[in-house]
Amino acid sequence: MKSRKLSIPYILWMLVFTMIPLVMIGFTAFTDNSGGFSLEAFSSAFQYTNVFLKSLWIALISTVLCLIIAYPLAYMLCQMRESTQNMVVMLLMIPMWMNFLLRIYAWVLILQNGGPLDTLLSLIGIHGSYGNNTAAVIVGMVYEYMPFMLLPIYTVMGKIDKGLIEAAQDLGSNRFAVFKKVVFPLSIPGIISGITMVFVPSASTFVVAQYLGGTDDIMIGDIIDKIFFTNNHIGSAISLVLMVFILVFLVLMNLFGDEEAIA
Amino acid sequence: MKKILCVVLCAAMLCSVAALFAGCGKADAGEVNVYNWGEYIAEGQDGLMNVIDEFEKETGIKVNYTTFETNEDLYNMLKNSNVSYDVVVPSDYMISKMIKENMLLELNYDNIPNYKYINDRFKNLDCDPDNKYTVIYQWGVTGLVYDKNKVKNKPTDWSALWDEDLKGDILMINNSRDAMAIAMQTLGIDPTNCTKADVDKASEKLRSQKPLLKKYVMDQVFTEMETGQSAIAPYYAGDIAAMMDENEDLDYCLPSYGSNLFYDAMCIPTCSKNKENAEKFINFMQKPEIAAENCKYLRYGCANDEAVKLLPDDIKDSELTFPSDEYLDKCYVFGNLDADVYEYMQEEFVKVQAE
Repeated sequence: MKSRKLSIPYILWMLVFTMIPLVMIGFTAFTDNSGGFSLEAFSSAFQYTNVFLKSLWIALISTVLCLIIAYPLAYMLCQMRESTQNMVVMLLMIPMWMNFLLRIYAWVLILQNGGPLDTLLSLIGIHGSYGNNTAAVIVGMVYEYMPFMLLPIYTVMGKIDKGLIEAAQDLGSNRFAVFKKVVFPLSIPGIISGITMVFVPSASTFVVAQYLGGTDDIMIGDIIDKIFFTNNHIGSAISLVLMVFILVFLVLMNLFGDEEAIA
Repeated sequence: MKKILCVVLCAAMLCSVAALFAGCGKADAGEVNVYNWGEYIAEGQDGLMNVIDEFEKETGIKVNYTTFETNEDLYNMLKNSNVSYDVVVPSDYMISKMIKENMLLELNYDNIPNYKYINDRFKNLDCDPDNKYTVIYQWGVTGLVYDKNKVKNKPTDWSALWDEDLKGDILMINNSRDAMAIAMQTLGIDPTNCTKADVDKASEKLRSQKPLLKKYVMDQVFTEMETGQSAIAPYYAGDIAAMMDENEDLDYCLPSYGSNLFYDAMCIPTCSKNKENAEKFINFMQKPEIAAENCKYLRYGCANDEAVKLLPDDIKDSELTFPSDEYLDKCYVFGNLDADVYEYMQEEFVKVQAE
């Protein structure tokens, strides 16, 4: 019984800051200004399907790129001496002590016309501006969220029992086979939490797109923000649809993860 | 029993958190809770006076100063949360709305003697025709800022924002009301009290502009223009003056047919618990020396005639900060649109951006 009592603050926390707001969003989404039941907000929400798709697409690409960069890095990190490991992790974390906006703003300056990248490429005769497009948004997202991919993978990989790797080597596996049969399957939980931690925020953020994107790179978060100005119902409906999209994605991810772990 | 205690403790914890969020819930004799726009007061920047400190020193009243970003934030805060502010600074159309919804207290102008310095143009404002609720804070107009190196023909009105030659170098204001009004003016529609049909026409106009644009911006306009990244942008005249200080290639244009005259006024909301202190604060802000300091920092128009006399000539003579009376007569002020027209406007603007 004691353990249950200890959980009361958390249950209250969840109730006040998660469940009640969720119910409120749901209620607002399914009503209109008169307070009656209505699906009008959803029909308005689906006018923004193209933005939904674009946001999810940008989030997906950013997640994949984060994974491609972070996974080998995590693997290499685990091979290093412990003191080196700590230092590299530290170096990766230091930029995160700085304000989020400031870091994005630095990218605006790097990519702009006459900025460092432009100056560098001008030396070989290429001249232009590299900000204000979808690629810049993705670069910003990858930069912003890569540590969230790296850390879970690194933590999980570091916990893999060295005995299992040695056993595989004793049984005649080469380095690739060890990686394929032992390290990769055991690191899947890290990959999955990494993907979750990158995909979810990058699908719903809008600051990165606002600073680094052009006129076509509006994200769904921006639309929610703007619509909430005047109409809470449509705003709630869009938020709810986005949540469903993300939920479906996560459920699919977990299904895939479980099968892999079993195989 | 223990369980009950636990629940009570948790509830107490939550309440204290809630009290924290509510901020200034308690009424204290020596306080005034001021809710103003971000970066909208001289607080010792650029070697100017810190007018809040000055007020505290002179009156001994403690100022709790907080800021908001949009009129809608202010409105939602007053409407939906259990807060107490004593002085708020909404803009023209939001004042009309708040008066209509009985959200403001009538001021006792006997406690605000400095009101006598206010220029007659800024008394009996359109949003407060009987002059019961407001004391103007700052005013301004919207204008165009452009880079002389990139824009060859000197623009005369908003149509420069649709100039094919500047494709990819044009910035547009990321705010439905201002963007729609700009489009309406180019189409010859009066934006003061527009209808849904007007909004439709304006959205079409904005759609035709989108392929020419580099970006929709608000605050980012400063760095974009100051570092010569973009050619032309519409923005608020006081801010254009600030941008021109940073980059001498910039010039400005006030549209020949007039533009939007906006003003922000100090009001006391019904949730106020320190009305007398609030009136003292309002009065202090219209003391000529104080109003002049604010104007030097903000570069927005100052409605206080005595304060204008104290300003350096370069600000006093700047057409951006003080457009001529003839020009102001051509300008329009946003009225309080019907909620559904404003909602429609906002949604249509989002749709233009989303396509």
